[in-house]
Amino acid sequence: MLQIDDLQVSVEDRPILKGLSLKVNAGEIHAIMGPNGSGKSTLAAVLAGREGYVHTGGAVHYRGQDLLALAPEARAREGVFLGFQYPVEIPGVNNVYLLKASLNAQRRHRGEPELDAFEFLRLVREQMTFMGIPEEFLRRSVNEGFSGGEKKRNEILQMLILQPRLAILDEIDSGLDIDALKVVSRGIEALRSPDRAMILVTHYQRLLDYVTPDFVHVLAGGRIVRSGGKELARELEAEGYGAVVAGAGA
Amino acid sequence: MASSKDDLERLLKREYVAGFITDIEADTVPPGLDESVIRLISAKKEEPAFLLEWRLAAYRHWLTLREPRWAKVAYPPIDYQAISYYSAPKSRADAPQSLDEVDPKLLETYEKLGIPLHERARLAGVAVDAVFDSVSVATTFKEKLREAGVIFCSFSEAVREHPELVRQYLGSVVPHTDNFYAALNAAVFTDGSFVYVPPGVRCPMELSTYFRINAANTGQFERTLIIADAGSHVSYLEGCTAPMRDENQLHAAVVELVALEDATIKYSTVQNWYPGDEQGRGGIYNFVTKRGDCRGDRSKITWTQVETGSAITWKYPSCILRGAGSVGEFYSVATTNNHQQADTGTKMIHIGPNTRSTIVSKGISARHGQQTYRGLVKVLPSADGARNHTQCDSLLMGDRCGAHTVPYIEVKNPSAQVEHEATTSRIGEDQLFYCRQRGISAEDAVNMIVNGFCKDVFQVLPMEFAVEAQKLLSVSLEGAVG
Repeated sequence: MLQIDDLQVSVEDRPILKGLSLKVNAGEIHAIMGPNGSGKSTLAAVLAGREGYVHTGGAVHYRGQDLLALAPEARAREGVFLGFQYPVEIPGVNNVYLLKASLNAQRRHRGEPELDAFEFLRLVREQMTFMGIPEEFLRRSVNEGFSGGEKKRNEILQMLILQPRLAILDEIDSGLDIDALKVVSRGIEALRSPDRAMILVTHYQRLLDYVTPDFVHVLAGGRIVRSGGKELARELEAEGYGAVVAGAGA
Repeated sequence: MASSKDDLERLLKREYVAGFITDIEADTVPPGLDESVIRLISAKKEEPAFLLEWRLAAYRHWLTLREPRWAKVAYPPIDYQAISYYSAPKSRADAPQSLDEVDPKLLETYEKLGIPLHERARLAGVAVDAVFDSVSVATTFKEKLREAGVIFCSFSEAVREHPELVRQYLGSVVPHTDNFYAALNAAVFTDGSFVYVPPGVRCPMELSTYFRINAANTGQFERTLIIADAGSHVSYLEGCTAPMRDENQLHAAVVELVALEDATIKYSTVQNWYPGDEQGRGGIYNFVTKRGDCRGDRSKITWTQVETGSAITWKYPSCILRGAGSVGEFYSVATTNNHQQADTGTKMIHIGPNTRSTIVSKGISARHGQQTYRGLVKVLPSADGARNHTQCDSLLMGDRCGAHTVPYIEVKNPSAQVEHEATTSRIGEDQLFYCRQRGISAEDAVNMIVNGFCKDVFQVLPMEFAVEAQKLLSVSLEGAVG
């Protein structure tokens, strides 16, 4: 699904990713953990195509394509979804309108018929119930005046409706209380499938109490310094990044 | 890494889509202005003596005035002697009785603009008084309006058929001495629209006029007069496009609205005149005086405008809130792209007690566009309990454009409540990226964000206009994030 080889990326001439390699297969959930400033969010942003990140070396292949050559919307239509750490507010643009435009853009790309308003609303209502999102959400503008938890739920709702092939969730657990964390985790688990891969970027281990990853990677200094199974997350929690990173010789 | 900036830059450079010139013979007087030209215009239109006298008084006053320079716009001096003040399509001599008799070339022009007259009139139930250059050539749905007692005709026809109404109301809101451009208009106006809605009548359809500047080098001086008698209601739509050309064209229209007791006038404009090319060459100068007089108690006047065109816009649709409890509203979306300059806003003059006004202004500037919101809220000592709320938002696209807000607030009554809110924001790369990450193209994302920004105004536009306005906005701002 995703193959990252020796990826090097700079921001304003400052190298952030310094030779990162990672392979993600369909059906797998990878957790990427690391201390602040290690490059976690940069990795998520680069994979989604945000501006301002300069690709200085290495390659990223997604389903055989050169991912970095694609515009952000082209990546999205190919099934790459980014759950934002800080979802953006768009005043005056209705939540449902954005989501419908988004789903239909992707369906057109896949050669599928667009959903009409009725079918679409049925789909949204179903997923809203699942995510415990109140009806008034339908009338509100995109993320405007949402609490931190509501914004994150909205990200997961969008993901459930868009059904991406590769979901990258950037600190989806930050700012969530325990109830919201459970709901968000349930949304993530609902999408676990043999055809789909997920990358969870997180600082803390607690999300992994609810979503069990197949692999855990520790990112430090712009490289992956250790990889392991889900037990690695517990080790990090117990010993801290310092010890784990030092042990890896990074 | 793919850059949205390149795409946007490319989109921005799209040519003005309504740019074409129809080849129709025009009956045009040579350039220049003196009393003989005014007498000629008046004679050609077979006007009564009072109107000629009024024109001449305006002209003599105009000679004493100087072009206003206080607006934040810059342009080379205009040579008023280089302008031709009269132009009429030749086929006017034998005026058409129905659409079948209308010059096919003319109909073709409307087709190109996507406003087929008959289709539009029949399907949408809209009466269209089409002003082509300076003379009305087609008027539809007259019968239905006549049944309701509504007079909707060209200004020339109103002068012929209803001189008493014209005489009573002409210049009563915008006097011929009002300002430089209004005085010029009063002296040389050639045609325009006239509406009279009798007491208690709700006009059975939206009234609509399409203006179009066509003959090369001909100044346009339209004059519109709308009178809503006691307890009546009328909604008027004005939409404009113009063909592409190199020379600057002056447009100095005057619109006067009179709302008597309990009457409501809603005046909506979508303006898409040629804004000039990427370097700022050509384009229309739009120096317009629009004013409504809420003369009767509990009357209401609403101005709604979507301004995407013109090289320079100088325009302040205003309300004089004279009647007790009268209401004035101004909703505006204005865009300035490339080298467009706009100095626009409104004036709300509170005279009567318990008068209320609302101002919602949304300005969007892109590339080198410069935009100023200039608004006056004036509460006179007589206006007990007057209230105003002003919301003035600016959206910037790119880093070479400008937005300026100049509110004037003069309150002479201690019981008045005046609120002014203003924001300036930049269209966020974050917002754009968020939409694109969901699979929406950069162009669609910009449209979506801009439409969201303008929502408060689009909501008050008549339905068919709202759709057109959104389309216009997207064309005028294509690729504006750069």
